[in-house]
Amino acid sequence: MEQFLQQLTNGLAVGGIYALIALGYTMVYGVLKLINFAHGDLFTYGAYLGMTLLTSLLLTDRLGAVLGVIVLAAMVMGLVALLGAILERAAYRPLRESPRLSAVVSALGASIFLQNTIMLIYGARFQVYPADILPQTAVHLLGIDIPLIRILVLLVSLVMMAALYLFVQKTKVGTAIRAAAIDQGAARLMGIDVNKVILLVFLIGPALGGAAGLLVGLYYGQINFTMGWIYGMKAFTAAILGGIGNIPGAMVGGLLLGVIEALGAGYISIAWKDAISFFILILILIVRPTGLLGERVAEKI
Amino acid sequence: MKRSLALAYLALALLLAAAAMFLNAYWVDVLNSVGLYALLALSLNLILGDAGLFNMGHAAFYAVGAYTAAIINTKYQVPILWALPASGLAAALFGGLVARPVIHLRGDYLLIVTIGMGEIVRIALVNDVFGLTGGPNGIFGISRPVVFGHKIHEPKDFFYLIWGFVALTVFLFHRLGQSRFGRALNYLREDEVAAEGSGVDTARYKLMAFVLGAAWAGMAGSIYAAKMTIISPESFSFWESVVLFMIVILGGSGSIPGVLLGAFLVVGLPEIFRGFATARMLVFGLVMMVMMVFRTQGILPWRAVRFKESDIVKAEAAP
Repeated sequence: MEQFLQQLTNGLAVGGIYALIALGYTMVYGVLKLINFAHGDLFTYGAYLGMTLLTSLLLTDRLGAVLGVIVLAAMVMGLVALLGAILERAAYRPLRESPRLSAVVSALGASIFLQNTIMLIYGARFQVYPADILPQTAVHLLGIDIPLIRILVLLVSLVMMAALYLFVQKTKVGTAIRAAAIDQGAARLMGIDVNKVILLVFLIGPALGGAAGLLVGLYYGQINFTMGWIYGMKAFTAAILGGIGNIPGAMVGGLLLGVIEALGAGYISIAWKDAISFFILILILIVRPTGLLGERVAEKI
Repeated sequence: MKRSLALAYLALALLLAAAAMFLNAYWVDVLNSVGLYALLALSLNLILGDAGLFNMGHAAFYAVGAYTAAIINTKYQVPILWALPASGLAAALFGGLVARPVIHLRGDYLLIVTIGMGEIVRIALVNDVFGLTGGPNGIFGISRPVVFGHKIHEPKDFFYLIWGFVALTVFLFHRLGQSRFGRALNYLREDEVAAEGSGVDTARYKLMAFVLGAAWAGMAGSIYAAKMTIISPESFSFWESVVLFMIVILGGSGSIPGVLLGAFLVVGLPEIFRGFATARMLVFGLVMMVMMVFRTQGILPWRAVRFKESDIVKAEAAP
């Protein structure tokens, strides 16, 4: 029972991170019908920028742990969002009218490019986050000791998801995003500036991805320049699992995938941990390509 | 074949043969890996270029071929070149099996699924699946190939083996491209609905493209196993698939000369500029982005085969 609860809480924390990344995939897909392969690498940028800012500005020493991390998160999210907007401008906007698959190749190129810039700047080795940023205490809950950071990671991702959900559902701008996702032409006729909506999506998605990168850095303590692709694949699986293009779907899919993966690693085999999510990905696309709550993806004539 | 193209191939063949005579062992070995990648990229080109199916798990087929050859050779002492057809068959079978349920997926989804498939294969190899693959260390002690009693071990010997196979592949795939099969693939790449409407069984042709491409990659894998005498899962990582993908896209998808050029550029060029080696992927990523904006079709793009009117009349007159 204790092992089960440990795996479950760990799965929920990791799942929260997957869900944050998956939101970026799903929002871009919703509006542009494009899989943004470079999204995973924006996430890596979040982790590396977080590390650099943390060690160079000493935010947590100056502002205290809580405020310091909040300011850090805001800076990282802002910078990664900017990067996302640049990416959209440079790699995707010129291809808006070309065949969809050219945009996919461009996205792949962007992913390789971003990943290698990180490698050339920081080197290929693992980088370590400073260990003493957040208190290393554990909370006694449900009869087991859960590390505080694990609860914080889950809470932060849940708060961000809730905020995004309310933003998209309740505000005027959010309505514009949903309208552009349903029918760009009609949205344009209703006076919505679709280009602005796309830009906004490329600001919000990468900001959340960057925050996820920072969370991974804080949670695991070490980061690597290639981690974006494996996290990206997992998050994409989560987006597919929930139904791509669907914002609540990405959240549910992320948490679900995190839990499945953690339980699979705990009870089946840790060596096959990464394979489990790929199996789920393939299985979902074969059996139920719409995901749990999403639109149709299989080609229909 | 157009005369200019035939002359270009002949010139390339002569140039390569001359190069092998004068270059030292190191550069011959570089040419060997260019040849091996050309072989793999040509097999991927059948799937990605001719049929327009986004496959980014090609390294998995390559791995299945290489491991089949290695296992047959080390466990049953079958000469490595005799394992070539077995490797091709195993990879074809595997390709057909995994492609069958996912072949109907739309382009970018197929890409994701094939990435997942490639990773599952790699993880399975690392985890020593069925106790045959030797885990993360792989398989070693694969014997050298013997041709007519001549043991092949020098890079120069491999040069003739590999580039001979490339030449054969170019010839066969060129013929295939002009056949009913090749034209059907091009048709369904350009317009799937129209192809289906004209009676092309698109699902079957897509599957055939996958199976044939996988078979060829499998055979390339067995040559790789023979050349290296040791294989391990890390030789078949996701990045191998990415490199192959890049060769095809940059060179010109669907175009055989383009793919050959792509192999020289992507594999050969970084060897010439050694300082450039660490930034290699960075530059290729950038080139992929720029290329999609300014020259989507690749450096040497595919051109539709044009038939002379007299040929068509002749073909119609034939029974």
